Amino acid sequence: MANHVEQSGGKKTLKSYLIGLALSLILTLLAFALVQKHLLTTANLYITLGLLAIAQFYVQSVCFLRINSSKEGQWHLLPYLFSIVIIAILAGGTMWIMYNLNYYMFN
Amino acid sequence: MTHAATHADHSDDTDIFGFWIYILSDCILFASLFAVFAVLQSNVYGGPGIKELSNLSYVLIETMVLLASSFTYGLSILSVYKNAKYRVLFYLGLTFLLGASFVGMEINEFTHLFLEGHTWQSSAALSSFFALVGTHGLHVSIGLLWMLLLMAQLITFGMTPVISRRLTYLGLFWAFLDIIWIFVFTIVYLMGSI
Repeated sequence: MANHVEQSGGKKTLKSYLIGLALSLILTLLAFALVQKHLLTTANLYITLGLLAIAQFYVQSVCFLRINSSKEGQWHLLPYLFSIVIIAILAGGTMWIMYNLNYYMFN
Repeated sequence: MTHAATHADHSDDTDIFGFWIYILSDCILFASLFAVFAVLQSNVYGGPGIKELSNLSYVLIETMVLLASSFTYGLSILSVYKNAKYRVLFYLGLTFLLGASFVGMEINEFTHLFLEGHTWQSSAALSSFFALVGTHGLHVSIGLLWMLLLMAQLITFGMTPVISRRLTYLGLFWAFLDIIWIFVFTIVYLMGSI
């Protein structure tokens, strides 16, 4: 019984949860420290925060959600990647269009 | 599926796949709310923006609490594998307390904003802020109710295959909520405070 649950969600181990927790903690604290101490110029801060968020997204996807490219894991991985593409088009496209409209309205 | 799958095994995998598709569709809901927030966040209608209203140390504590709850949920899933019913219950209880503290902190934050007159009616920026952060908080609250229900089922029926499958669903949901929160604190609170 316990075995098939393990196989459907990918193998979960204490080690992977601990690694996920430690890396997420470091990435979160780094992001908050950068903003609170304002250690970078504004443009660099936006880029760094974006990269830190993507890094933590990756860490938690691998360590907590157990996304992997094994044969069974692909059933989870492929729709996941597809959603990321959809989200990039949806959010990126919206911002592109709306910022453009904003720009031409007021200039 | 490399192992010799019986019919029951196969339908289990299919069910979890179905739940996975639901989570991904929920991601698209959040993506739309994030896009709306990104477009509207500077339209403060003369009032204060997120920068003036948010307290980063408070958000950091919220983030830590939610991250800890994600970890303790992981520990309860590991106990499911070991068939240790009371350890599963203990970690679920711990996860519930952490999740409830998170929701409590968020309600506290919203109440303060509301009492100071900064409501969702104040400006487009605040409307999108409350819609995005509130939708996440609502998801966490529903997850908490679900967790209570599963704890009651676990006490009543014991460790059955059905219960362990339901715990897997909630585990996916809970990890997904923590991932959404990464983008909430980065985009709403941190980028909003620059």
